[in-house]
This record gives sequence, C-alpha cells and structure tokens, in this order.
Amino acid sequence: MNDYIIEMENITKEFPGVRANDRVTLQLKRGEVHALLGENGAGKSTLMSILFGLYQPDSGVIRKNGQVVRISNPNDANELQIGMVHQHFKLVEVFTVLENIFLGVEPTQLGVLKYQEARQRVLDLSKKYGLSVEPDARIEDITVGMQQRVEILKMLYRENEILIFDEPTAVLTPQEIKELMAIIRGLKAEGKSILFISHKLNEIMEVSDRCTVLRKGQCIGTVDIKDTSVEDLSRMMVGRPIQFKVDKKDQQPGDTVLEVENLVVPSKLHKNYAVKGVSFKVRTGEIVCLAGIEGNGQSELVYALTGIEKSTSGTIRLQGQDITRASIRQRSRLGISHIPEDRHKYGLILDYSLADNLVLQRYWEPDFQHRGFIDQIQVKNYAETLISQYDIRSGQGPQTQVRSMSGGNQQKAIIAREIDKNPELLVAIQPTRGLDVGAIEYIHSQLVAQRDAGKAVLLVSLELDEVMNVSDRILVMYEGEIVGEFKPREVTVEQLGLYMAGARRSQKGPNA
Amino acid sequence: MKARIRKLIQKPGFDSLMASAAAIGIGLIFGLILLIVFNPGKSLYGFSQILFAGFSSAGKFSKVLYQAAPLIMTGLAVGFAFKTGLFNIGASGQYMLGTFFALYTGIIWQFPWWAALLAAMVGGAIWGAMPGLFKAFFNVNEVITSIMFNWIGLFAVNVLLANIPRVLADFYGASNPDRTANMAAANPAAIVPKWGLDRIFGSSYINISFFIAVILAVLAYIVLNRTIFGYELKACGYNRNASIYAGINARRNIVLSMIIAGSFAGLGGGIYYLSGTAQYTIEKILPAMGFNGIPVALLATSNPLGIIFSALFVSYIQVGGEAMQPEYAKEIIDIIISVIIYLSAFSLLLKGFIRRQLQKLARVEAKAASEEEVAA
Repeated sequence: MNDYIIEMENITKEFPGVRANDRVTLQLKRGEVHALLGENGAGKSTLMSILFGLYQPDSGVIRKNGQVVRISNPNDANELQIGMVHQHFKLVEVFTVLENIFLGVEPTQLGVLKYQEARQRVLDLSKKYGLSVEPDARIEDITVGMQQRVEILKMLYRENEILIFDEPTAVLTPQEIKELMAIIRGLKAEGKSILFISHKLNEIMEVSDRCTVLRKGQCIGTVDIKDTSVEDLSRMMVGRPIQFKVDKKDQQPGDTVLEVENLVVPSKLHKNYAVKGVSFKVRTGEIVCLAGIEGNGQSELVYALTGIEKSTSGTIRLQGQDITRASIRQRSRLGISHIPEDRHKYGLILDYSLADNLVLQRYWEPDFQHRGFIDQIQVKNYAETLISQYDIRSGQGPQTQVRSMSGGNQQKAIIAREIDKNPELLVAIQPTRGLDVGAIEYIHSQLVAQRDAGKAVLLVSLELDEVMNVSDRILVMYEGEIVGEFKPREVTVEQLGLYMAGARRSQKGPNA
Repeated sequence: MKARIRKLIQKPGFDSLMASAAAIGIGLIFGLILLIVFNPGKSLYGFSQILFAGFSSAGKFSKVLYQAAPLIMTGLAVGFAFKTGLFNIGASGQYMLGTFFALYTGIIWQFPWWAALLAAMVGGAIWGAMPGLFKAFFNVNEVITSIMFNWIGLFAVNVLLANIPRVLADFYGASNPDRTANMAAANPAAIVPKWGLDRIFGSSYINISFFIAVILAVLAYIVLNRTIFGYELKACGYNRNASIYAGINARRNIVLSMIIAGSFAGLGGGIYYLSGTAQYTIEKILPAMGFNGIPVALLATSNPLGIIFSALFVSYIQVGGEAMQPEYAKEIIDIIISVIIYLSAFSLLLKGFIRRQLQKLARVEAKAASEEEVAA
C-alpha cells in the first residue's frame, strides 16, 4: 500500500493578477502531523481550499491512496474523508453543540431524528479523543476553544481520516493552545493524518512530524522536523532578503512627535486586551516600523492612535499635547494622517468620485466650500493637481467612480490625500498589501520622502522585507506587547522572525 | 452604432432607469391580464383609461398633480433617508403628525396656510427624530421603531382629534362626526392658495402644493449633491466606516437625516389636508400616502428629482384607476401598483442582473478580441 494518504502534485492556481499556487507539491503520510508553513499570502489557505474542494486547481492532480481523485466541492472532500477546521468557524450560533455536530448527517428513522443515538456517539467520540464539550450548550454561549473542539468533533463524527486545521491557534488563548496540541497528538495516536497550517514556528516544532514551506505561492521544500530548527524554518519561510534597497540616507531623528504610554486597547475578537500596555515614541525624521504577525494587536493599536477605537487606559501625546480623548477629526486637524489597513472598508467611499474621495479629509476647509456649498471647481482643480502629482491613473479623471479603479491606484489616491494634508505624523498600516512591485516601490519612496522632509512615520507591516528595507527602527509586537526593539542593520530577518513568532523576547528597552 | 449604445449603457444611472422601466412595464402588463380576466369585453377600454385618463381633461390632470404633491413629499421622506443609509418606513406616522399639526394650528390657532405648513413640518420632524435618536444612541433598528411610531402616531392623532370638538366637521354643522372640519368653514386663510390655477385648469383640486413639493425636491437634490452636509450624509450612507474614519459625526447625521425626512412627510400631510378639498377621516388605518412613498422612492432609486416623476406616475395611474369605475373595481389599480412596488423592490436584483449581463457581454467581447489577436 502507498505510503502517502494524500498527494497534491504540481498544483497551480491563479487568481486575477496573482499566482497563489505555482506548481506546489505536498505529500501527506498516513498518520503524521504535517505542517504547512508560510507568510501571509504565501498560498497556504489556497492550497488547503483546493484540497477541501472550495477551489479548483488550474493544473495539477490530487491523489488519495495513489488514486487520482477529483474534488469539486466540500461534499466530495467529505466522501474522501477529508475534513477541515476553518480559521473562522462554520457553526450555527443558535444551535446546540450536538445539533451542530450532526447537522447535515442526521441519523434518522422514517424521518424522525434518532437523537439519543446521535448524542451517544458524540459523547463516545468526545471521551475517546479527550474533547470535552457541553453537548447541550448553545454555540454562542461557549468559549472559542470549545467551539473549536466542536469543529473537530464534526470531522470525527463524519469519520474523516484527513484533518485540516487552518491556523487553529490564531484565536486561542495560550492555555487553549496547549490543550489543542494535546488533542492533535491524541488524534495522531488514533491514526488520523493531520495537516496543520500555521506561521507560528514554535507550534510547528512542538507538534508536527514534517513541514512543507511555501513562499509567494511556490513550494520551498519539505523537511523533517527532527532534522531542522526554528532558525532553519524561519529562513525557509522568509527567504533570502532579496533587498529591494530603498534609497535612504542616514539621518538623525529630531523631536518626539508621538508618545504612547502604557496604552491598553480592548479586543473585538476575544475578551482579552488586544494591546496590553504598550509604550513607544516616534520622532521627526524617522520611520518606526511595528512588525508582527497579523492579529497581534497592531491594528487595534493604530485604531486607538487615530481615534477610531477608544483605549482602556494609557496616554497618547502628539507633539506634547494629550490627545487620548480627542475626536478623530481633532486628531486629523492636529496633524495625524492615516493610511488605513483596509482601503475599501475605511479608506475610500467606493461609490464617490475620485475627486470627492481626494477631499474626504478636508472637504470642510474654507478652500473647498463656500457657506456650506461644496466648491466644485476648487475640488476638481485640487483633484487634478493630486492626480498629476501622484500619477493616479483612472478612466475619467476626477469624475471616475473609485470603485472602478485598480487597487494600486485606489491606494495611490489614499496616499496622495493623506500626504498632501502635510501631516506631522503619518500612520500607515500595510500600505502595500495586495499591490504589485511597481506600486510597492512607489509607496516606499513616498514614505521615505516624508521622513526626509522631517515628518514622523509609523508603519505597520507584516512583510519582513518591507520592515527591513524602509524602517529606521523596528518594534516587534507579539500578543499585544512590544517584545523587541531593533535597528534594521543590527538584526537579521531570521532573528526578527523568531521574535514575531513569539519564540524569543528581549527586555523592554528604554524606548520600548 | 454599437459604440453609441455602449456609451449610453455605461452612463451611471442607466441600469437604474432600465430596472424602473422594466418594473413599470411588467406591472402594467400584469394589470392588463387582470382586466382581461375580470371583464374581457371592457379590458381595452379599462386599460386605455389607466394609460390615458390622466391626460384626458384639465380636471383629471389637476387631480394627478393634486395627489402627486403629497406623494412627492412622502417619497422624499423615504428617499432622503435612504441616501443616508436609513430605511425610513415611518413616513406614514410622520405624515399623520404633519396632518395633526397642520389642522390644529390652522383651525385652533387660526394660522395662515404657510405657518400651518411649517407647523406640519415640525410635527413630522419630531416623529422622524424619534427613530433617528434610537438608532444613533442605542443602535435600535430604525425599521422597527419607525413601524411602531407609525401606529403610535396614528392612534395618538385619532385620540387627539376626536377630543378636540372644534377641529371636527360636526362643530361647523356637518353631519359626520368622524371627519375633520371643512377648511372653508373653519379657517379659509389656512387653505393652500390656488393663485388663479383653478381658473386656468377649471378644477378645484389644483393648488400650489405640487409646486411646493417640486421646489422641496429640488432643494433636497441640491442639499444632497452640492453641500458639505449632503456630502457627509451620503458618505454615511455609502460607507459608514469610511465616514467615521474621515471624522464625520455619524450619529448626528443619522438624527438630522431622519428629522429632515420626517419634516418632508409631515409637509405631505399638511398640503394634502389643507387643500380645502380633503378632510381627514378618523379610522384605524394608516394613510396609504405614507406607504406609497416607499414605491415612489424605490422607483426613482431615491433620486429626489426622479421622485417627482415617479410620484406623478403613481398618481397618474391612480387617477386612471378611478376613471375605470364602475366597470372595474378601483382595487385593480391598487393591485397594479402593488405589482410595480413588488417589482421595484426587485429593481435592485434586476439592476444587478442587468449589470452582470452587460459585464458578461464585455468579457466575451474582450476574450474574442484577445483570441483574434493571438490568431493574428
């Protein structure tokens, strides 16, 4: 019999403008825990979605036990005994644990639900694998950790042999992570084959047997965990720093512009705080980069700085002035510009014209209005100036509906608007997300130009290349805290990766 | 030729216009089928009444304008709020409060017509503000609160009117006690003036209310499209997150938008019952004028200028429906309007469908073009 239970060979999947998977091969042995490692956007989720039947590959084959199979939807996957726990759980909130588990595969007799039988089976499974759940509690009332156990029970109830976990620890507390690790080991002991998607190196080292690394859609290699180290894995994940060197001269930072002290921000995802007492400074003429893996509190920190979310405690000072309680508009007037994380959710009003979007942060200024009436001519002239100055390309100039513009040009419009406000502090979260190389280079040069002009820049980035290239100072965030502070020249990408994955932390420096 | 059609198709609003026209067309065809089913012999006569009665005489046309005026106002009440991302289903209640304020100030305080109309706007504004406040500060869905305020408004107004003898018709010698006074007897100065239009049209229905409504629709259009305030309101409607990001006070805008919407509906009640020809009957039924504002706004995709025309259309076929009597029950017109309403609720779906078809066409063409290139 074949050694591999699942083989995905030369899988290629292209989305408009991006090759998410490029001839990726992944072989899962029977009864192993196989980790799939890669940065955000490396193509891990795409690959797993193909295996689960959510996407069809453009080319490549999938084999189960050596036989070529076609998986055109999740039902096919289920028949092949492939189950998946998604990063965002797929549970019916108002149903009980039990109802969620047998939903879709209800045991019935003459159309009547055999409730006791189903219940007994769930209880048996729960006991066998050490998955403690409350069968009669509603999903909305139980913890995230228990919801995840319900998802696992769903797979076991369907007698799945191949279990996919998509970033299972992203939403869990440390204690719950420990429990999950034990559960995964138990599943392995019962002969299940497990695919474990993660970018947290420690977890992979702890629980998996082998690891396949993806980078920018390509398969970098598969290694045995016992022959490797955290350092090796992180180098494979990040790759050689292909220095796309940003032209930047040395410069001594000046006065403090932003000063954050012991800032605490609540989380919307879980009951814990997203930002747990963070302190740092950003000075004129420097780019400070907040590095970290997604979901470690960077977004919440920025929302608190720009006023979109309220902080629980701590102070924020802009040029010495306390703005902790100031409104968004006040902060904007005092000189904070914000390039938001999600340009469609926050950055733009997609149904407005380009001109209307370009004045979104200053339409109320005397230049653009006359007794409450918008000065259309001024708005149009201003838009035309920005369009030519920042080379924003669009179909119909200022009148173009922003929805119809390309992502790169939408981002350029936001950058033009925020930089032209002439801010004291420019806050940018992942400004290059989803953009092509040309646009990325442009945005980096704009950030550096702001720094050279003596402005303070706070950049949040998930891309290590970007962090190393653009910043003057790096603060690493992990689980809502700053765990390290570096100069880009004094640290390697590998070391940063360790801090970002929580494998290491340094003492808090004077500035951190 | 092809290029010109494509240019037309790509114009913003084309798909909205198409969707509205499709809804009207299908609704009318359905009406014709109904007419054939109920009375085949008279169906063509009935259908021609629907289509042409409104233009058949100056008198009929005055009636079209007379009914269109309050419809424009309730349509604006729904459409204006909708531009801000709020579904104001409470136009009926706001219309009721406007009616009460107009009648009370006009009869008891002997206000002149213009002051009574302002009072009607205040009444509607108060009723609009309630759901707005609940939405802004407690995040209560405005649909639920405005429905409840419809009924609260209706019964509150009925109770008040029934207990103020001087506003009722029998106080002035008429025989029906469940009706408000004839304004000619109670306060002629409160009747919306006709400025000689009655002589031109030869009908007592016509007055300046249609023109008041048109002016307000134009004002609403200007506010929405030319002012800072309108810019903020629409920003909240299109993308609440982005408007918060830009420092816009979304709460304040929700309340203000509902106040303005309410005052529009209130004015609708005012101009209708101060016309001198209408008398309010105390009934346990919400006035249809308020609900008809919803299809009027939907048909016009909430564009204030479009609302003028969709209100005229609805009023026009209502007049046609009255002209079909006694061969047909007037309810047939209500069914036709209902079908149009139903389909105009689908107009978003239709719009999406039309847009998808157009995109598909564009893709097929692009693909063909690229294949030609490859072949060449």
